Amino acid sequence: MSNEDLVTLLYIVGFALFIVGLRMVRGPRTAVRGNLIAAAGMAVALIATLLDDRIGDWVLIAIGIAIGTAVGIPAARSVKMTAMPQMVALFNGVGGGAVALISLVEFREGDDLELETLIPIVFAAIIGSISFWGSNVAFAKLQELSWAKRRFPRFTVPNIALAAVTLAIAIAIVAGADAEILFWLLLLSAGLLGVMAVLPIGGADMPVVISTLNAFTGLSAAAAGIALDNTALIVAGMLVGASGSILTKQMAEAMNRSIGNVFFGGFGGAAGAVAAGDDGADRTVRSTSAADVAIQLSYARLVVVVPGYGMAVAQAQRAVADLAAELEKRDVEVLYAIHPVAGRMPGHMNVLLAEADVPYDKLKEMDDINGEFARTDVALIIGANDVTNPAARNVPDSPIYGMPILDVDKASSVVVLKRSMASGFAGIDNPLFYDEKTAMLFGDAKASVGEITAEVQQL
Amino acid sequence: MDLLTELAILVLAAFVGFEVISKVPNTLHTPLMSATNAIHGIVLLGAILVIGPADGFLNDLLLVIAIAFGTINVVGGFLVTDRMLGMFKGRKPDPKAEEQ
Repeated sequence: MSNEDLVTLLYIVGFALFIVGLRMVRGPRTAVRGNLIAAAGMAVALIATLLDDRIGDWVLIAIGIAIGTAVGIPAARSVKMTAMPQMVALFNGVGGGAVALISLVEFREGDDLELETLIPIVFAAIIGSISFWGSNVAFAKLQELSWAKRRFPRFTVPNIALAAVTLAIAIAIVAGADAEILFWLLLLSAGLLGVMAVLPIGGADMPVVISTLNAFTGLSAAAAGIALDNTALIVAGMLVGASGSILTKQMAEAMNRSIGNVFFGGFGGAAGAVAAGDDGADRTVRSTSAADVAIQLSYARLVVVVPGYGMAVAQAQRAVADLAAELEKRDVEVLYAIHPVAGRMPGHMNVLLAEADVPYDKLKEMDDINGEFARTDVALIIGANDVTNPAARNVPDSPIYGMPILDVDKASSVVVLKRSMASGFAGIDNPLFYDEKTAMLFGDAKASVGEITAEVQQL
Repeated sequence: MDLLTELAILVLAAFVGFEVISKVPNTLHTPLMSATNAIHGIVLLGAILVIGPADGFLNDLLLVIAIAFGTINVVGGFLVTDRMLGMFKGRKPDPKAEEQ
């Protein structure tokens, strides 16, 4: 077996590990191992590359890797959990930057490059540069650096012009204009495009932006792979390009936003302001899935169930008790918060839950449980509405102002099981549903709880 | 390797990528993005392959930067993903302290 065959063989092992690893990151139980397997794949691919006959300049390679390690490890170790998204943006950016630099060197090195090399090089340079500069702006915005915090208008017309310029330079290079200055200009205009496209986008939409740029970097890596005739780059790059695109779409859907809206809508920057305002018309609710709720609940320490009339109508008390039993098997503490007027009569909830064999000491009166919400990981609201409405506390002109309520909005996160967005008995809107830590699971309470229990059992 | 073979690999990899991320719970979106982010650090290999044949100070300098960038992408990417996924490893003493 020739050395080249050995390298190729190891590459195949490497990207098989990437695929297996990524598959495992899809499930909460296997995710940690999946990430390690993907990292092992990267190690195999790296070793294979170092075995390649063309490798030279060992000292420079060592210097580069040493610098990268010295920067990367402490950065990844010390970053706070809350700052994770911007860290990912930064790591994504340097990947794109590396692609842009590689294509620049390839262009400088090669005379009379064939089109099948030149076109991918130009493509990789454009996308890599957009990704590098765009990601850095995304980082700056999430980090709330002062210059990035300003509100920017959408540069739609300049961006179209810039895209046209970039394309024109690219065509000139591909058509044979072998001037190095053109390539630098190409990187510059693409980079500028990256900056101006991301600058006006609001922080709330940034995860979608980062995910898009992540897919971009993947595509640019795949293009570089074609230019370098390297299978590992092609497969790994395209894998990320494709999975990143799907992920972007799913993320945008989960946030009730379309990708077009994020990049061209002009709404993103104002999202916070609108949600904080009081007009119900423009506010959005976040809907979730049974699978997500199951994960949230399984990894919580304290879950407080807030039952209401909806649970009674759906006759969901037995299903709720089953879910609680399943969670308790996983060491999750489950309590029930009973509002004095939950349901249609005092004691309504207690009766229903007792019928489902819920131990009496788990049922907490409003005054006893309100202090607990601060340490509650998930408040699971099942068909209750007005008794959780924070308007009763802080909107003096609300019809229910002054009514004592369950302080569910103090919990780390809130999941609301509800048939629809219809308002409760009092006929008023509930700002809780628009809170950013609230997720809605629409449907019949009994069916929804059953689905969640099934998902919990599978975890 | 000829271009058509490479295109075939490219298309197949795209379909695998689409399939692998078919349906993911929202909770795992960010870790998954971070994991795929680490994987495109594969460009590190590209930079390593190019630096040997490349001549001249500027080319070498650009490639050392590219190698450093690629390494940051790989090392940082996998580490950060691992830390994010730490919340699925089991019960932590106090997850809230970590979040704040």
